[in-house]
Amino acid sequence: MSELIKLIEQEYAEIRKKYPSFKAGDTINVHVKIKEGNKERIQQFQGTVLRRNNKSTNGETFTVRKVSNDIGIERIFPLLSPNIAKIELIRKGSVRRARLYYLRGRQGKAARIKEKLK
Amino acid sequence: MSGIIGRKIGMTNVFDEEGISIACTLIEAGPCVVTQVKDVETDGYKSVQLAYDEKKEKRTSKALKGHFNKAKTSPKKQVVEFRNFREEFEGQVALGNTIKVGEIFKENDYVDAIGISKGKGFQGVVKRHHFKGVGDKTHGQHNRLRAPGSIGGASYPARVFKGMKMAGRMGGDRVKVLNLKVIKIIPEEDLILISGSVPGSKNSTIILEK
Repeated sequence: MSELIKLIEQEYAEIRKKYPSFKAGDTINVHVKIKEGNKERIQQFQGTVLRRNNKSTNGETFTVRKVSNDIGIERIFPLLSPNIAKIELIRKGSVRRARLYYLRGRQGKAARIKEKLK
Repeated sequence: MSGIIGRKIGMTNVFDEEGISIACTLIEAGPCVVTQVKDVETDGYKSVQLAYDEKKEKRTSKALKGHFNKAKTSPKKQVVEFRNFREEFEGQVALGNTIKVGEIFKENDYVDAIGISKGKGFQGVVKRHHFKGVGDKTHGQHNRLRAPGSIGGASYPARVFKGMKMAGRMGGDRVKVLNLKVIKIIPEEDLILISGSVPGSKNSTIILEK
């Protein structure tokens, strides 16, 4: 990548450092700022990371999946968005793939991910 | 119309205050040298000629060397004329002056970008003119999926009209993209960040106009 582009992206590099390192299979809790009129509140979204996309660019996103009332919900967050207040790493998962699309077809016990032990 | 000549660096994205991601292009614009100032008395119209990007002396013809010598500058690769350079720059614009990106554009301005689009080679009508192709893959149709179809009547007019859209060379054209917002200017590095995409490959010449 061009050095000059890094000049633009460097202000976002700080935001990137703020977050814990996480990857597909990890369970994270994302604190999202939500604006309602003039009020701002924080909503949490906890689930499994399915993938990280466009890694190490300004356009990096990650997909989080959770199952709520038997309905699978996936949200895609831009990593560097100012609307993300905080990312908490809850649990490290041990997986063999970078993209866990196979979780979509699974429920309950089958959708478990082994915890990664250090 | 004021403007500046530059070079496309590449694309990235930034976030605005509301958290919306904006795709944007980084352009190294200027510094440009004024190589000629045209006036109504001498040339019949008003314009300013700017030059950008160093060129080797031995690659420059004598005639051009003379032209650049008049402005007391080294030979340049790109020379572009801007008609009716905005009145506000009237004082600053004189032969041999250097013009920088920060002097011409401000943040939140809207600019037009001109460049030469990427060459696509010989392309069919579907890609080149957005024809729909033949609608069906099945129902007996087998080998004309991306064909243009009829190009005119056989008995009347019994010829193909001029300008009929057909397959051919695509890309490599001068393209102007209107109303791109200036997101950021870094005057020390002569950089300008504008929203959206700009025609051409990386390192290709881009003309920005306001």
